[in-house]
Parts: sequence; structure tokens; C-alpha cells
Amino acid sequence: MSQDWRKVAPGGTVTEPGSAVTVETGTWRSSRPVVDYDHCVHCMICWVFCPDDCFQTENGKLVGVDYFHCKGCGICAVECPKKCISMQEDVLA
Amino acid sequence: MTLKASERRRARSATGRAVAINGATLVAHAMRQIHPDVVACYPITPQTIITETFSEFVANGLVQTEFVAVESEHAAMSVCIGSAAAGARTQTATSGPGLALMWELLWVASGSRLPIVMHLCTRALSAPLNILCDHSDVMGARDTGWPILFSEDGQEAYDNAIQAVRVAEHPDVLLPVISTQDGFTITHGIERAEILDDASVRSFVGEYSPHRPLLDVEHPTTYGAWDYHDFYFEHKRQQADAMEKALGVIEAVGQEFGKLSGRSYGLVQPYRLDDAEFAVVVLGSAAGTLRSVVDDLRSRGVKAGMLRVRVLRPFPTKAVAEALAGVKVAAVLDRALAFGAPGGPLFEDVCVALTTNGVGPRLVNYVYGLGGRDTLPAQFLQAFEDIRRIAKGASAQPVVRYLGLRES
Repeated sequence: MSQDWRKVAPGGTVTEPGSAVTVETGTWRSSRPVVDYDHCVHCMICWVFCPDDCFQTENGKLVGVDYFHCKGCGICAVECPKKCISMQEDVLA
Repeated sequence: MTLKASERRRARSATGRAVAINGATLVAHAMRQIHPDVVACYPITPQTIITETFSEFVANGLVQTEFVAVESEHAAMSVCIGSAAAGARTQTATSGPGLALMWELLWVASGSRLPIVMHLCTRALSAPLNILCDHSDVMGARDTGWPILFSEDGQEAYDNAIQAVRVAEHPDVLLPVISTQDGFTITHGIERAEILDDASVRSFVGEYSPHRPLLDVEHPTTYGAWDYHDFYFEHKRQQADAMEKALGVIEAVGQEFGKLSGRSYGLVQPYRLDDAEFAVVVLGSAAGTLRSVVDDLRSRGVKAGMLRVRVLRPFPTKAVAEALAGVKVAAVLDRALAFGAPGGPLFEDVCVALTTNGVGPRLVNYVYGLGGRDTLPAQFLQAFEDIRRIAKGASAQPVVRYLGLRES
């Protein structure tokens, strides 16, 4: 992203389709979901409920969380039937 | 489409020659000649003539504009925003409370950089209920990011309506523009005016080439996206820059229009100001009355002058300071009250223009003509008498004074 006000798109238009994927929304987060894989049954309820599609899967298994986009809303932790997602305080680096 | 003989006569009678006509009908003709792709408006006094006349032009096939008869001004501006984003040349017209109802959307239009043109017939705001002229409505839109043009008479309202299109659509500007005429005084007052021929107007405004239109499917664009703390500030700074650039564009378009029509207005219009010691500063139709007051005073040996501000936004700070630099005392006339402010809106702008340019006639502020109160020469003569007394040492307090008010 440009660092000068002269370079931003006039009117805040978005001229590149599907570009939301490149926008880091993770900067808003105050706490992050951490998955306890020892108790996770890969039911994918977190994947269904996540508003930002942050749960990464591979061959039908939950394998990670995309913290670039995760805003820390905590819906996954509430909805997880096994209570194996905990929200942990995000400390600024 | 075949026109009826009466329709042909009507179109012919209003092109390429002088006619006796009111300001609102003139602007409806300007809109017919500009031939916007979309017009969305709601009739409201004193703008009603524009909506009625233009929709008649559409119904009679004199113009192929898509006319959207909306249910409110909030809807009118919303339609304009959608239409302009789609890539259509878009216009609307309103007055007083109608403009107030659009207020939220005025920011969306300017923030999205959509070159909509609005014809505003100025009107007081309720309460108490009033449909007559003052500038309370336009002052509410003063800081919404729309360049704002004022006209002195119907001819200039017509001329400004045409120029507004070019200003709005200029690639350095891309902002919606408000072109005003004083309610009733200009909208309903019949005066002599010259209407250009249709082809000249069409060629002056030119073919519209929209910036990032939604309907250009080869270049998909999103309007109105989320813009949080990260970039909102940068977009606002860009709008401020476009507004600054609009000043030069308004001047250049005005000069080009002058070549076409023989009528050019500049950013400000000084009248007998060169050697003036006393001056008034004014917006809109009262300038006509003031010219005769200045002439009257001049014939009696008083060095009086007037400065009419044609462009309220972007405010022509430098031009105003230069025009008033040699004046001893000036009275700034506001046709709106800014409750609780140090002075009226025009007064404050003139104060800043003078202070920041290091020149300084003594200033007082007069509020006049609220809610359609007649603006008579005697009132303005009184203002001149007051400032002449101030030049001789009388107090300049209170700073804010009232003309034509019942006061014993």
C-alpha cells in the first residue's frame, strides 16, 4: 500500500476484484483464538461460523488459523462444541 | 420522434436569442441542453419550476434523459449517487428543507468523487415555516465537499448551470457541484436573458467520460467500501486537494465560457472597488441592488464599492484579499445566521482571507434578508453610513448587526 495520500484511489474505490484478501484486518485484534489440537475433533463448526474464513483446512482437518485476517471476534471460541478454542490476549510485538 | 408544432415552437423560441424568462425556467433549459443521462429530483418551492419544466421536456421528447420521480430528496440524492457511480451524467435540483434532507448523502457524493450537478434554489429553513429566500440552506452544505457557485441573476444561473458540469467532471476535480440561484428573486423573477443554441451548449459540456464507472465490466470497481482509520484520512486529504484545484478549474472554465457566450464572471466580481474606501461584500441577487446603491453614493462623492463573491467553495481567499486590500472599512453581508458563531459564514471567511493575507480593512457583519425579507436600497445605504462613521472613529461594536429588522 502506498504511503502518500496523493496515491490512494480517489473516492476510496476498490479497483482490484477480490482484493479484500490482501487487506490485513488482523491489526484490530485484541485477543486471538488458540486451538487445542489434542481435543479438536475437526467438526469444522469454527470454519462454518468464522465471518472472515480464517480457519485453514487440509484433507478435511483443521490445521491452522489465519491471523492476518482474524479480527479476534471470538465467535469460534463460543461455538466450539468441544470448548477447545480459547481466546488469548494479543500482545503488540 | 415527431414533435407537435407547439413543441417545436417552444423549443425554437428558447434557443439562440434573448427571451423574457425566469431563472428556474432558464436552468431547466440549461438542463435540456446539457442533456444529462439521469435527473432525479423532487419538486419543492421555489425549485418546483425546474422539476415541472424539465419533466415536461422529458415527457414531450425534447430530451432523452431518464427522469426519476423520487419520493423524497434523500431518495433523489441516493439515486444520483447510484447513477453517477454507474457512469451516467447526473443532475438534481432542490431547495431549503430538500437540501437539508439530502445532507447525509452530500458527503457520500463528494466522498465518492461523483461529479453530480445540483441546481439549488435557495430557501430559508423552518421553523417557523418559511418558503422564501435566504442562504441558510446552502450554508448547511458549505463544508460538505461540494464546490458552490452563486449567481446574481437568471442569466448567470443559466451560465453557471452549464459551467458546473465542466467543473464537476474535470479530472483534477471530480467533485459534485452546487449551482445556486436565490429563491423567488431569481427563480421566479422574469428578466431578459440570452439562451445559447443547443449545439453550442452540447459541444461546450462535451461527451461525458466517467471515471471508473460501475457499468464498465472490464474494469470492476467497488464504491463505498469500508475505509477505517487506516486510509479515510488520506481520502479526505485528497478531497481537500481536489477542492483547492477546483478554484483554477472554475476560472479556466469561466474564461472558455466567456469566449462562447461573451459572459465571464471570475471568482469574485469587484464593482467600483479600485479606489474605494468603503465596501460591502455580498453573495447572490442582492448584488444587483447594491450596484445601484454604490452608484448613488458615488454620484454624491462617496468612495463606495462592492465585492460580489461568486464562488463560496472553494473560497477565493486570495482574490477576496486583493480586492479589499485598499478599503478602509468593509461590511460583510450574510443572508444566514450562524447561531452562536462570532459572525455569519461569509463574514468569517472574509475575516480569514484578510488576516491570513496580512491586509485588513476594519470589518463589520450585517445579517439581512432572512426568510425573504425585502432587501431595499435604504438598508444598504444604512450599512454604508455606519461604516463611514466607523472610519471616522465610531465604535465597530457590536460586530454582528441586522438590516431591515424591526428594532426600535
